[in-house]
Amino acid sequence: MATQNTRALARLMMAPSVGLLLIWMIVPLTMTLWFSFQNYNLLNPGNVSFAGLFNYQYFYTDPAFFQSIWNTLLIVVGVLMITVIGGIAIALLLDQPMFGQGIVRIMIISPFFVMPPVAALVWKNMIMHPGYGVFADFSRALGLQPVDWFAQYPLFSIIIIVAWQWLPFATLILLTALQSLDGEQKEAAEMDGANFVNRFIYLTLPHLARSVTVVILIQTIFLLGVYAEILVTTNGGPGYASTNLPFLIYRTALLGYDVGGASAGGIIAVILANIVAIFLMRAVGKNLDR
Amino acid sequence: MARAVSRRRTAIVTIAAWIVALIIFFPILYTIITSFKSETEAIQGFSLIPSGTIESYVAVQSQSNYFKPFMNSVILSIGSTLLALLVSVPAAWSMAFSPTKRTKDILMWMLSTKMMPAVAVLVPIYLIFRDTGLLDSRIGLTVMLTLINLPIVVWMLYTYFREIPGEILEAARMDGASLWGEIVYVLTPMAVPGIASTMLLNIILAWNEAFWTIRLTTTNAAPLTAFIASFSSPQGLFWAKLSAASTLAIAPILIMGWFSQKQLVRGLTFGAVK
Repeated sequence: MATQNTRALARLMMAPSVGLLLIWMIVPLTMTLWFSFQNYNLLNPGNVSFAGLFNYQYFYTDPAFFQSIWNTLLIVVGVLMITVIGGIAIALLLDQPMFGQGIVRIMIISPFFVMPPVAALVWKNMIMHPGYGVFADFSRALGLQPVDWFAQYPLFSIIIIVAWQWLPFATLILLTALQSLDGEQKEAAEMDGANFVNRFIYLTLPHLARSVTVVILIQTIFLLGVYAEILVTTNGGPGYASTNLPFLIYRTALLGYDVGGASAGGIIAVILANIVAIFLMRAVGKNLDR
Repeated sequence: MARAVSRRRTAIVTIAAWIVALIIFFPILYTIITSFKSETEAIQGFSLIPSGTIESYVAVQSQSNYFKPFMNSVILSIGSTLLALLVSVPAAWSMAFSPTKRTKDILMWMLSTKMMPAVAVLVPIYLIFRDTGLLDSRIGLTVMLTLINLPIVVWMLYTYFREIPGEILEAARMDGASLWGEIVYVLTPMAVPGIASTMLLNIILAWNEAFWTIRLTTTNAAPLTAFIASFSSPQGLFWAKLSAASTLAIAPILIMGWFSQKQLVRGLTFGAVK
């Protein structure tokens, strides 16, 4: 009887979180799905009609659609490559004995705490600005023509900014994983005459594999939704050169007032995110069984 | 000889690490330096030595009433964190101490809600907010931030609570502690550190959230994210003012972040890396 009471109490304690998240999951998503089959424009809200698959077709045939999907993938893959490779390198460096490790750590972790609009504006104006940015100052000092980063390489510039924000995250997690590597194993490998490269390939890398997976999956969730960085730097331009899927949906919804079209795009974004999610859930779920 | 080699190696590692750290930290450092320059100084080319004027800080407050978005950020991040804790402490508690067969499924499902792209529900949320008058209101945004961070809060608390040994409870019960005594004298002291670090990380995440805070506010409820984003189309000289506003916006959270490095790893990987 006591167990029954406990169980009822346990359920009661979970009810608020589960209920809230259930509503948060179901209500807006159902609305998005519903809107995606409607002709619904905010400029003409009295005239709503069933559209069938028209919104999907419209979104699919929009030339900006494929470019935005491509850009979304480029941002995800580009940032992942920089942060994972850079993160492993920096983590290996920080794992050595040195002077002032605490301060070094603090400096390296800092970009993660900078809010996206600040990160983007600082890079846009103070670092990459073709007239007054630090890069331009250095180019001129070397006698080179300053590069107009956001006009010439808009997507690349955004990747750099986002990578700067996420590099600390990858570094910190990989460093945590490195520090849990058994010291005796390392020593044994050293005694057996394994050099640095061999130790790295056969000992460190396998040990890091799981953390790298976690880093990739978690970053992917956030990188699929990069938004503020684009908004304050290129605004998706020039043309659609730096528009990713979230930004295209935002443009369709709040600048084009096309509720139906934006909703169809939203459903596509959900499908994309779900593909990633399945993999992440597996990786995290495994840890729970431990 | 080995010692000489290792000393040289330490020196090399130290220099390399400091160079890497300074490069990564440079944009933040340069922002702080520029915030103490005058506007003309700020665009005169690369210089690491500011004149030390605080006119930009004064201008940011007097021209755009910086205090208001700052307070909004404080209210939103702390409010949503407290709300999330209120809802999730009991949930995490029951999952950690009386787990059932479905506990794992519920946890995984909660995590899956975090993967819903914000932009997919932008339209319905925007319309709901518009129709209920919640657009540009602090209450609406607080609820929003609570919801998006709730899964992380539940997960983090769960991983902390799970580490509290159940035997302690049994021992307390043997000694005749009442349920109330158990909670107040045994569990709470052990749970407080976990709750505190969860709180810290959640405040950081809420402070830096930059999708809903920008899209659902205009002026009244706009926190620092939205305020800074409005600098993207500037008129006239504004480098130093931008730097001052940015420095003020990131300083509190930077300091909190430095204290929460360890918890950060755990919270953001849902306990998968510790």
